[in-house]
Amino acid sequence: MAGTRLRRLLTTAALGAFVTTPAVAAELEVIHWWTSGGEQAAVSVFADEFDALGGDNWIDTAIAGGSNARAATMQRILGGDPPDAAQFNISRQYEDLIEADLLLDLTELAEAEGWRDFIRPAAILAVCERDGRIFCVPVNIHSWQWAWASIPVFEQAGVPLPKNIDEFLASAPKIQQAGFIPFAIGGESWQHSGAFAVVLLNSLGRETYHRLYRDKDPAVARSPEVRKVFETFRSLKQFSDEGSANRNWNDTTNLVITDRAALQIMGDWARGEFALAGEKPGVDYECIAGPSEQPYLSTGGDIFLFPKQDDPEVEAAQLKLASMMVNPRVQALFNNAKGSLPIRDDVDLSLADACMQKGLALLQNPDTVVGDPINFVTEDTNGQIQDLFAQFWADDSLTVDNAQEQFAQIIETAN
Amino acid sequence: MIAVGVGLYVVGIGYSVALSFTNSKLLPKFDTFVGLANYDRLWSTGRWLISVENIWLFGLLSIALNMLLGFLLAAFMDRRVRYEDTFRTILLYPYAMSLIVTGLVWQWMMDPGLGIQSAMQNWGFAGFSFAPLTNPDTAIFGVVIAGVWQGTGVTMAILLAGLRGIDEDIWKAARVDGIPTWRTYVFIALPMLRGALATAFVLQAVSVVRVYDLIVGLTGGGPGIATEMPAKFVIDHITNRVNVSLGMAAATMMLLPIILLIGINLFIDWRRKAVAMRAAT
Repeated sequence: MAGTRLRRLLTTAALGAFVTTPAVAAELEVIHWWTSGGEQAAVSVFADEFDALGGDNWIDTAIAGGSNARAATMQRILGGDPPDAAQFNISRQYEDLIEADLLLDLTELAEAEGWRDFIRPAAILAVCERDGRIFCVPVNIHSWQWAWASIPVFEQAGVPLPKNIDEFLASAPKIQQAGFIPFAIGGESWQHSGAFAVVLLNSLGRETYHRLYRDKDPAVARSPEVRKVFETFRSLKQFSDEGSANRNWNDTTNLVITDRAALQIMGDWARGEFALAGEKPGVDYECIAGPSEQPYLSTGGDIFLFPKQDDPEVEAAQLKLASMMVNPRVQALFNNAKGSLPIRDDVDLSLADACMQKGLALLQNPDTVVGDPINFVTEDTNGQIQDLFAQFWADDSLTVDNAQEQFAQIIETAN
Repeated sequence: MIAVGVGLYVVGIGYSVALSFTNSKLLPKFDTFVGLANYDRLWSTGRWLISVENIWLFGLLSIALNMLLGFLLAAFMDRRVRYEDTFRTILLYPYAMSLIVTGLVWQWMMDPGLGIQSAMQNWGFAGFSFAPLTNPDTAIFGVVIAGVWQGTGVTMAILLAGLRGIDEDIWKAARVDGIPTWRTYVFIALPMLRGALATAFVLQAVSVVRVYDLIVGLTGGGPGIATEMPAKFVIDHITNRVNVSLGMAAATMMLLPIILLIGINLFIDWRRKAVAMRAAT
């Protein structure tokens, strides 16, 4: 007994002698919204790896819900008590922070490490840049362009898996007759606008889609192709179920997992739910890229930014964290846990499943990679679009013509 | 002290109103004034128009139901029922609950697959249907139900206190005159409750104007944007949507009816005083 205690004392003393702790260790508070099971596993990779670098500590502030977390970060920065690092989407959500000069400039680090050479596609770094300076670090790529299908439901309904939305709409009545919910969708407005954007991109193609959102060309918004998307979206509604109002995305995914619904349009983060439920791609469920014969991959995802602090110790730790996040080994561990695609090519993804491999293949071809709308429009405009699509989904008295005109006006006044 | 307090409020309000004429996005900036552009956009935004319509509907219905049910319950309690304390606690309890919790509880109650509808159907009433929140046309009534459930108790408590303050002799006199009990309540007690009614009304009106958490908990503004409210519009725009000036324009619009109410109040006070002065001379 006494021996153990003595040994423990000695070990502690020895550790104390060998570990060289810097004079001041910085505590980095990081705000993020990764709270579900898979997400927590992923963010722990960052936290553990950062702590293992020695000296500084990761202080975790997880806030459920992206919009809540972003609002908290903004309010704290404005209130003069900024966190040391914070998560945002690959988007324009933080451009005002850059403009107000509230963020740490990462340009020197980025140039020393050659971020511009290995981060691909270039568009995901472009959202961090302002006048050639870099203010944030992309950590992963998530794409909306996926449909998740329950193979048993399609088999029991006696229809083949759809290759695109039109095929799905054609077979949906049969699925309904077989007693299943053909189209699973929830009640949150981002689910509606996300699904709408998926159908829109498949129908318009890359060039026209970019003209719409990047160049804000209202003529595209008024085109017959966009009108058809509004009509398609409305016809999808009759194949959804009564409980869809108020349902969140993962409960909706669960309908597909438990073979009560046939198909859900949802970003690639849905894969985590299937994996968690022990489902196998190709056997229990299928991930349909697009859903289209010529699928695109949209580049959403997450970035971290580092609000300015006056303490040089903290600033050094912030730069250390930024550098660690793009490290190929950390990228591999993190993205494997998260189920997202890495921001660089030289990453070992031996654990990637069939769906992830499909995504990686699409990412290799620059012609199939498309920016998410939020890469191009402000949160303000994005909010208007979300409101419109959510209203269009719920309210049948809003006609296609009226909705399309409102959409065109939003695009027209967007900046 | 009072001057500082009032000053802070006035400066705060003035600052917000001034912001609504700028094009501030994330940070308050006073370098570019855009006139009424934010108000223009506000009144052509479908979501704001729906919010305004909703708050009138929600306000009128929920205040009316609250006052009616609150008075009925207070009269019922006033009859010296047995276990009055227990009833009072039960009825007042919802008011002690956070509106987010109220919202979530009612969301489950009104969920077609989990709540009252599925319970009734499982008990054999196959045709029973009660799922107001799934339909954009009826969702606002679901919000009213939850709001009334939450707020009736406090109206009852205030009116009950008022009723208990009425002199016993008045009841005895009414009984001697052979006036039925219900008429005594409606024509004698109710007018004497003016102060209590005004207090209950003001409390309800304030909770209507700032209704936010109930919506977030119950519907998130949906289905679609069918149950959006002005306060939610303001908060969404000054936080996530990074458009402080538009949010402040909306906040200024919310201030108008309140200023109007205060104005009417002051006018009534002033008239009453004027009448009293004239009577005295």
